[in-house]
Amino acid sequence: MGRYLLRRLAFLLVSLALASVVLFALLRMLPGDPANALTSVGAGPEQIAAARHSIGSDKPLPEQFVHWIGQLASGDLGTSFVSSLPVGPEIASRLNVTVPLTLAAFVLAVLIAVPVGFVAAHRRRTWYGALLNGVSQLGIAVPVFWLGMILIAVFALNAGWLPAGGFPQDGWSQPAEAIRSLALPVITIALVMSASLIRYVRSASLDVLGSDYLRTARAMGSSFGQAMWRHGLRNASVPVISILGIELASTLLGAVVVESVYALPGLGSLLATGIAQHDYPVIQGVLFVSTLAVLIIGFAADFAQRIIDPRLRGRLSGGAR
Amino acid sequence: MSIKKTSLYGGATAAALALTLTACGGGSNAGGAAGGAHDKNATINIGSLYEPQNLDNTAGGGQGVTEALNGNVYEGLFKLTDNGKVENLLAQDYKVSGDGLTYTFTLRDGVKFHSGKKLTSQDVKYSLEKVIAKDSQSARKSNLEVIKSVETPDPRTVEVQLSKKSISFVYNLSYVWIINSDAKGLKTDEDGTGPYTLDKWTRGSALSLARFAGYWGDAAANKQVVFHYYKDATALNNALLTNAVDVVTSEQSPDALDQFKSNQNYKVNDGNSTTKLLLAFNDKAKPFTDVKVRQAVSAAIDDKKLLESVWGGYGKPIGSMVPPTDPWYEDLTEVNAYDTARAKKLLAEAGYENGFSFTLDTPNYDPHPTAATFIKSQLAKVGITVEINTITPDEWYTKVYKNHDFTATLQEHVNDRDLVWYGNPDFYWGYDNKQVTQWVEEAEQASSTSEQTELLKKVNRKTAEDAASDWLYLYPQIVVANSKLSGYPVNGLNSQFFAYDIKKG
Repeated sequence: MGRYLLRRLAFLLVSLALASVVLFALLRMLPGDPANALTSVGAGPEQIAAARHSIGSDKPLPEQFVHWIGQLASGDLGTSFVSSLPVGPEIASRLNVTVPLTLAAFVLAVLIAVPVGFVAAHRRRTWYGALLNGVSQLGIAVPVFWLGMILIAVFALNAGWLPAGGFPQDGWSQPAEAIRSLALPVITIALVMSASLIRYVRSASLDVLGSDYLRTARAMGSSFGQAMWRHGLRNASVPVISILGIELASTLLGAVVVESVYALPGLGSLLATGIAQHDYPVIQGVLFVSTLAVLIIGFAADFAQRIIDPRLRGRLSGGAR
Repeated sequence: MSIKKTSLYGGATAAALALTLTACGGGSNAGGAAGGAHDKNATINIGSLYEPQNLDNTAGGGQGVTEALNGNVYEGLFKLTDNGKVENLLAQDYKVSGDGLTYTFTLRDGVKFHSGKKLTSQDVKYSLEKVIAKDSQSARKSNLEVIKSVETPDPRTVEVQLSKKSISFVYNLSYVWIINSDAKGLKTDEDGTGPYTLDKWTRGSALSLARFAGYWGDAAANKQVVFHYYKDATALNNALLTNAVDVVTSEQSPDALDQFKSNQNYKVNDGNSTTKLLLAFNDKAKPFTDVKVRQAVSAAIDDKKLLESVWGGYGKPIGSMVPPTDPWYEDLTEVNAYDTARAKKLLAEAGYENGFSFTLDTPNYDPHPTAATFIKSQLAKVGITVEINTITPDEWYTKVYKNHDFTATLQEHVNDRDLVWYGNPDFYWGYDNKQVTQWVEEAEQASSTSEQTELLKKVNRKTAEDAASDWLYLYPQIVVANSKLSGYPVNGLNSQFFAYDIKKG
């Protein structure tokens, strides 16, 4: 196990290093000069040159890259071109919104998708089994922003139960307000996420339901519930967990739409602002942190699968033995 | 959702280039129903699309910082009122020498910074020098570079020497915040003299101001002001509908207005803006080198119909670069008015009986694509073929603004008093008329505002007759507020939003 962890850690570091090179290079290929975003249109060449110098974009690219990597190594994400404020604390404050939002939506989505997906598989020949399957198919086609607008119209504008958007200025020191602000966004993401999860849970459940070992367990006297609990769930959860990892990661990155619809000061809105302003340190910082999160989630999903399914332990690290 | 607009000259940073300094006002109609008792300890919630990038207007704070802090937290020697007038603020009085090169300002007595320090001439000198410093990103830097030296003979007197006469000097000073010369960390904090102190700024979300007990003038009519920031116009309108905000500083589309117009709980204020939508010809590129071709194109486009289709019943037709709130305004909508018969005649005279075709570089955000399609269909009727080339704000900046590599383009120009750009033959549109250049120079050197006004009126008429550009329409400035609110600014002049007179209840 120690060896496995070490290998995963090395993999993570190499991936991060590669990602940082790609990130840096891709951003520099975008058309446009960040110095233009800093100066007004009346600015003369001197003012633009001064702006370039102040943000360091007049230096050769390799030098800029080494500078950025050096900062990263010491845990510093750099300073925004536009606001001249450090990027790290900015990202940290945005994570206060995005992390609870994503995790709560994820948990809710799993709570919805697992029972619904299982029922849709187990009762696939009944009318409600078919209905659940149909609704989840439809749900996949629903755009997040549209669902958000509908929920706002119904629960905020008409019923007035929840705020239509925004986040309390004092953040989590006003816990009730903060939770109310996140309620609709969490439901929005959870509904969209659960629609696709239901399909995976359903097909994984179908595999298990038709499996020989389940039939054997029943033949040996287990009740359906016992057989499912002991053998079915474990087997079904392996493919579902890898999907869960991907879903969680994409929700983190996809929060930009929901944050815009609900006017939440999260990581996605920071990224959107950074892109609009050609603020490379902010874009790099957000994407770097997101990449790190995605890699960690991938690792966690992999680790969870190994715990659940002992057969995987030999397979993934076997070659080294 | 439109990200920030690219608009000419002004603001400071913002999307790719520049910004939307909307401007200037007309009638002295502060919005809302006045009268009645109001809550002196009210909190006013203001909804806006323009969050400051930082809190320093000489370091790229952008349009949002002007909106939130100008006049509320920071004050200048002078202020530009919502009606477009320049009034004394921290300057009690000033004198100009006979040659127009020395300005002597007497500071108001008893003014304190929020930190408690007394305002002195040293602070004024420091603040002026900060705007023209080498690393300054102030949008007014080039206007204020006429400052040769700043002297402080005594704590209440500031003497400024100019390198040449500048009739707009006092007006330009209304953009210069007077800052405590000892203050540090002004990107996230403040030390001004205004009626509010900064309470808290939560980036990405909100900025709150609290009434300053030690203010030298009349105390603010409310206790607290919170600017709430939105990226999405729909989210902003939802906030107003659910009373999360009391007023929206500037509506950017007419689509959402009906729900407020038909509801007596809200008031839709149609104020004056200074933002003009231009079909800017490259006056140095064929065929627009020919004044008759420019006149023909101007006469072939029905501006009123375009305005109606983009803004419904809002906004105004405009016949030149000068909005009604500039002192040198004249109604010139009849010059090169919509007249397809005249357009065809002019084209024939210019040798284009069979029309011609040109490429229209069109920024990719509203309202430019709509306007481009409209222009294409209008010009087709007189035989002109328009190729629409959609470009990003960045491309616009590089291709059109810097390299002058275009035939015609669309762009919104946001500032007040920006007619003077026609006096600069190197400006992107390439209008080069020696007489106009001379008038513009003379106007800035004028010894009185009436002399300046006379000269700029001549510039206005000449550029309109020459169809230097085609001015399509003047944007509306729409502030929507809860009916319980009164005393808010309705003209949003140069993005300012004075909050100290706003009353609730």
